[in-house]
Amino acid sequence: MLSAVLRWLPRGGQTGIAGEARIAILLLWALVAVLLLGLGLPLLFIFAKAVQDGDGGFVGLVNFAQVLQSPGLLRASSNSLQLGLTVTALVLPLAFAFAWALLRSRLWGRGLWRQIGLSPLLAPSLMPAISLVYLFGNQGLLKDWLHGGNIYGFWGVVLGELFYTFPHALLIIMTALSAADARLYEAGRVLGAGPLRQFLTITLPGVRYGLVSAGLVVFTLVLTDFGVPKVVGGDFNVLAVEAFKQVIGQQNFPRGAVVGLLLLLPAILSCLVERRMARRQQAALTARAQPFAPAPSWLRDAGALLLLLAIGLLLLALLGVGVAASFIKYWPYNLDFTLAHYQFDTVDGGGWSAYGNSLQLATATALLGSLLVFVGAYVCEKLPGMALGRSLLRFLAMLPMAVPGLVLGLGYVFFFNHPANPLHGWYGSLDLMVLCCIAHFYTTAHLTAATALKQLDGEFEAVAASLKVPFWVTWWRVSLPVCLPALVDVARFLFVSAMTTLSALIFIMTPEHSLAAVSIITMDDAGDTAAAAAMATLVVLSSAGLSLLLSLLERLLGRRNQRWRKPG
Amino acid sequence: MKKQMAACIGLVCTGLMAPLAQATTTLTVYSALEADQVKDYKEAFEKANPDIELRFVRESTGVITAKLLSEKNNPQADVVWGLAATSLMILDQQGMLQGYAPKGVEKLNREFVDKAHPPKWTGMDVWAATICFNTVEAAKKGLPKPESWADLTKPVYKGQIVMPHPASSGTGYLDVSAWLQMMGEKKGWDYMDKLHVNMAQYVHSGSKPCKMAAAGEYPIGISFEYRGAELKEKGAPIDLVYPKEGLGWDLEATAILKGSKNLAAAKKLADFSVSLPAMQLYEKNYAVVAMPGVARQNPYIPTDYAKRLSKNNFAWAAKNREAILQEWSRRYESKAAPKN
Repeated sequence: MLSAVLRWLPRGGQTGIAGEARIAILLLWALVAVLLLGLGLPLLFIFAKAVQDGDGGFVGLVNFAQVLQSPGLLRASSNSLQLGLTVTALVLPLAFAFAWALLRSRLWGRGLWRQIGLSPLLAPSLMPAISLVYLFGNQGLLKDWLHGGNIYGFWGVVLGELFYTFPHALLIIMTALSAADARLYEAGRVLGAGPLRQFLTITLPGVRYGLVSAGLVVFTLVLTDFGVPKVVGGDFNVLAVEAFKQVIGQQNFPRGAVVGLLLLLPAILSCLVERRMARRQQAALTARAQPFAPAPSWLRDAGALLLLLAIGLLLLALLGVGVAASFIKYWPYNLDFTLAHYQFDTVDGGGWSAYGNSLQLATATALLGSLLVFVGAYVCEKLPGMALGRSLLRFLAMLPMAVPGLVLGLGYVFFFNHPANPLHGWYGSLDLMVLCCIAHFYTTAHLTAATALKQLDGEFEAVAASLKVPFWVTWWRVSLPVCLPALVDVARFLFVSAMTTLSALIFIMTPEHSLAAVSIITMDDAGDTAAAAAMATLVVLSSAGLSLLLSLLERLLGRRNQRWRKPG
Repeated sequence: MKKQMAACIGLVCTGLMAPLAQATTTLTVYSALEADQVKDYKEAFEKANPDIELRFVRESTGVITAKLLSEKNNPQADVVWGLAATSLMILDQQGMLQGYAPKGVEKLNREFVDKAHPPKWTGMDVWAATICFNTVEAAKKGLPKPESWADLTKPVYKGQIVMPHPASSGTGYLDVSAWLQMMGEKKGWDYMDKLHVNMAQYVHSGSKPCKMAAAGEYPIGISFEYRGAELKEKGAPIDLVYPKEGLGWDLEATAILKGSKNLAAAKKLADFSVSLPAMQLYEKNYAVVAMPGVARQNPYIPTDYAKRLSKNNFAWAAKNREAILQEWSRRYESKAAPKN
């Protein structure tokens, strides 16, 4: 079969326009096929499963009725909603303050503060939860702050989710805040508006879309995360944990599918709102805008520093306490230093081999994923014709944004674990998990790559075509080197995400290929909190280490490949 | 060049397929044994049977039971090694177990072997409810040591107790089942209503309450004797309390799944499970094992331990498991407000 394909493909030397177009079409549909397999079909199977009984017979809406009637699930839904709204309301002002202090002050070391603000990205959502137990649990360091209160429950989960969602909100708000037009501030000053008035009438309206968009992202993240509520939730049950209980705990797949569909609702809603907004937003920034540069102000910088210190230290505490706890022999009775918690052989979860699997998974996701994403984005942005295929590909590329990991994971269980599926044998393998990770994080990666490619003039392709240079040569010789910084960003994003994610993979993982992030949950469930903290520490260190490595690489390559960006 | 390419593609493809090529038989074993026990048991069996490799799927009792039931039409497991007898009886009611009398089964206490001929399951050891009581934290809070199940409902213990969730944990279920059997259904549920008022958390596994008690997170954890003895041995400041009304208990047991494609190897594991070397392994962890005369005294477990076990009607516990769990969930999981 391979030879047949090879014969059909043009040979070197006789590459005509027709041959090139044929390869382009082949490439396009291959990409569509991969995304359909990794995304479209599993999602369809959730819908199918939701209307079946346990043995696969069609039962209509019985499962929905059962779910809606069960008081536990209704309770969990309202808890989830309450939690999502609270966290969103709290994280937006915090992230805004942080972003403002970073972008509108002239403080020294803003790059470092930015890294601190984004540091929660390096950790699985379980890390802040574990840190919270060590900080405010019944034996916590700062337990007295709670005046006899208890971290297990609503507020504990809120705190953990604040940490987990903060960097996501920060990134979006920073983007919105950096697109400021200096001429507006100039005009405001001339008309006699003080700093407060300027802030209320220029700064805030300027970022309102960013704030809404960040709010939607945070809300969806909170609703679908179960790491934090699992560890510090206590009796506070949420929808995401309920889906987990139904599927893993009781193996009630149809009911899990219904809960999954419920979780899909807010995500789809967010996407619709987002699209509407994106259309209106385009007029906000004109070509004549002047970049805003803050004027020196001692008072403002002092305020900014205080903000950064307060929020930054809180973030570092929630990251650092878990790391420190992993080296303590027997909290709280024996505080000697030990490495014993890093010997995972007497605890659940797979230990070092789980960690090795996670590294392997993250590396494969980063390498294959960035290649796939870049080819996909190139096909979408740069190749002529093929309108239907390209819009299908674009749709599939944007779809993952609306699909929470938990829902995608359920879809994988239903689709790939179906006995009639010819790919059934693939179920439980690391390769399937790689596919799942790539599909799960596709949108962000795709948008990064597409943005970078859009900055390149379409003339490159036109000139290449007139010189009869096939597109893959242009891709390799021009697009790829120019977009290298974006490519490195995508690879880093995919690696760190695959390392820390829990929601999709926990459903398709098998004991042979256990994963680091999932093993943290297993260990915590068995009561081995210190070992869970140790594994979380390993995950954070690996993510941070790789990020650092890639930054160095970027700097090195940047010097060679990006010289053209400098004038003269 | 082309050949190299083909070789490359071939290599990539074989890399993608999981490397399964091994001469030995691989047995899939579902188990609810403790993680720290699995390692020793697995090593011992594989040493005695070098041609068989065990692939353990370990989860808590409730999860393993649900998994086995959901795979009824397409069983993935060959053998169950170390699961509550009440769970195995449910599988048996569904016709999922293969009858087999392991070599040497006659040496076991007949109480601990299924009555069918040939038996569907064989017992390994007894595990029973035990309260882990953190003396350091209790002293700080001025809590008296509880002596009975009834003591735990006293107002002084409000928010101080953790116990395993009966749906996910076998230890949790044996508590609930024993309370209902000892006190009768009505009084049993009344008792749990009162206990619920004092309960801080229901947790996933049977070990976690004792680990939490040992770490002082909550002073009282309803758990089981192995975990309590193990943590005390390690120096945790806990006392083990064996409530005087009687201890709920269950058997860890072994069974072969009907339809196993590796029946010969599965039988070898069943044989091993009732053998003396296996019993000596169980004995390291439990005070009562299925083979008489093997157990030795553990310093943390009372000498009259076997007499303290409550009367347990396994058939009743198995038959009513689903109904009991449903009632439990209705009463204690859908309560309006989360407690503090």
